[in-house]
Amino acid sequence: MADQLVFNGDQAIAYSWKQINPDVVASYPITPQTIIVENFSEFVANGEVDTEYVCAESEHSAMSLCIGASAAGARVATATASAGLAFMWEVLWIASAMRLPIVMSVANRALSGPINIHCDHSDAMGARDTGWVQMFGENVQEAYDDSLMSFRIAEDMKVRLPVMNCIDGFITTHALEKFIPMETADVKKYIGEYKPVRPLLDLIHPTTYGPFTMNDYYFEHKYQIHEAMQAALPVVRSTLNDFGQRTGRHYDVAEGYRTEDADYVIMAMGSTAGTLRYVVDQLRAEGHKVGSVKLRLFRPFPYEDVAKLLQGKKGVAVMDRAISMGSTGPMFPEVRSALYDAKDRPKLVNYVYGLGGRDVRTDELVGVFKQLMDGSAKTMNFMGVRV
Amino acid sequence: MADKKSKELPQGAMITEAGNAKNYETGSWRSKTPQVNKEKCTNCLFCWIYCPDNCIIVKDEKMSGFKLTHCKGCGICATQCPVKAITMKEEGA
Amino acid sequence: MIVRCIPLTTIEIRWHGRGGQGVVTANELLAGAALKEGKFIKAFPEFGPERMGAPIRAFTRLSDKPIMVHSQVYTPDMVVVIDATLLKQVNVLDGLKDEGQVVANFPDGKEKLSQIIGRSKNVHAVNATKIAMEEIGRPTTNTAMLGAVVKSLNFVSLDSVLEELESKFSTKFNKEVVAKNLKAVKRAYEEVD
Repeated sequence: MADQLVFNGDQAIAYSWKQINPDVVASYPITPQTIIVENFSEFVANGEVDTEYVCAESEHSAMSLCIGASAAGARVATATASAGLAFMWEVLWIASAMRLPIVMSVANRALSGPINIHCDHSDAMGARDTGWVQMFGENVQEAYDDSLMSFRIAEDMKVRLPVMNCIDGFITTHALEKFIPMETADVKKYIGEYKPVRPLLDLIHPTTYGPFTMNDYYFEHKYQIHEAMQAALPVVRSTLNDFGQRTGRHYDVAEGYRTEDADYVIMAMGSTAGTLRYVVDQLRAEGHKVGSVKLRLFRPFPYEDVAKLLQGKKGVAVMDRAISMGSTGPMFPEVRSALYDAKDRPKLVNYVYGLGGRDVRTDELVGVFKQLMDGSAKTMNFMGVRV
Repeated sequence: MADKKSKELPQGAMITEAGNAKNYETGSWRSKTPQVNKEKCTNCLFCWIYCPDNCIIVKDEKMSGFKLTHCKGCGICATQCPVKAITMKEEGA
Repeated sequence: MIVRCIPLTTIEIRWHGRGGQGVVTANELLAGAALKEGKFIKAFPEFGPERMGAPIRAFTRLSDKPIMVHSQVYTPDMVVVIDATLLKQVNVLDGLKDEGQVVANFPDGKEKLSQIIGRSKNVHAVNATKIAMEEIGRPTTNTAMLGAVVKSLNFVSLDSVLEELESKFSTKFNKEVVAKNLKAVKRAYEEVD
């Protein structure tokens, strides 16, 4: 086993890239992702990796560079956050449509305005329809583990889609935690040699990428991406299983915590899922039958897994660290949809919380459980906002 | 052509067959047809250089006509011809 | 997948200092030392546009078990005040547990400190500024405060902290600077009352 390290989430991701040694990294620094590319540029400067590192002049260019490099046959990684991800939005669709297995770490941060540098999931949620696989990690260990697994998932021949591994800005990106990396030799074995599909630089098999399609073919190609996304779900599941066997760290697309006999359950993504487990333990000690669910995979959405964990409960609160203004949080409709066909549907409510880095206190989460249990929660609620 | 199913198409909308533009007969778009007067033509091959659809037929380094399966009738060859040997005639005229 | 229950015993620390005083570094060193002893840690600053001189906070969780809570620290077991001028500007006792400890950089001993903050239980003072000036030659009190914290905390050994400081500082500073800081830690460890 490799030495334990004290790293923050960004450092852990940079470290995973160092072990993987991607062919190309093109990026533009943005808080709270900056440490990733800062650290990685040091590895490049020190000759610890032989990655072609490109400092782009914007995120739009960074993603465009990644797309070009990936189409040319390179293993590519990048990172961004917030406005940077928003600026990439147009090109994100092209990465997935060209079926390029680019891996991008997203340090989840609120979108302007007002301008804010702190955590919420608005940035990633804004990119949920772009054809990227989206994973959310809870802590530094998961930031690292998800980063490694992202390459395996993206490059799987059944998937060949770009993957976004998201971690909470500052809460995970800038917090030092103990984590256990894989040995570099094991990482190299785990990730393996990159196998490009019809790279542009293969002159024996010339290929055109990114052609124009009209109403006669566009739809078929979009359908292909949807099919690949559907295929990604079992691939993500088997990747997580395999990773658990290798490392002893067992993950799932949706993870229930003390849910088996729970009457009331709260579901969340990212760091909040950890705080929730602590709150569940507290309330269990007081005799309340509560549990929590951590959703790791948001795209493709694991409807069946979620339904299995939540059906038959008395009440479920879905915590969204983003809001679709005029609607609800983005995860809520997914969970509702997952449960529509369930035999025994719980009462389902939505809580929007933590926007712009509003801290997520344990006592507030206790409050959500209390409202869920005493029936005072409305269909849509807010946690932590002064109204 | 527009009847292939999603699973029959290359993934990622890649074009995996080099030069398959020749399967797309753009000649059907034409409303004017180029004609060459070989008495005026000096075989300078400006038309060959400028034709966007590679429709100038050259044999033994001499301009010898047009590939009408793909010629869209754009008239660039006629415009560029320095000795006005190419003229555009109404299709069907 | 169902995750099994993991009970928790965690020590929570809140640091008060000013931007540029090395609060984050001290926090990192403590975390690194705790790791050496197999503890679980979470150390993070109160994030924001950090400005030199502005009051800042940082948080540490140390535990024998994996740490699940990712919020800021609201009911600390220990409050560390790196800059004495903050005692009057910030409510450093906010949320401090009844049995919690206060460790402050303060020149006039713990009785006077107790009077100022209005608390007598588990209050520790150390003249970290004096130690820093004498040992390091400039008022960078973070390393001295680390010594005082380790003594009062009694959760991580002094040796681990010295070892961690030496390995981390050696990559940034020359041997002389490292030795001076090590001495500052040791002196504060002895002198905190």
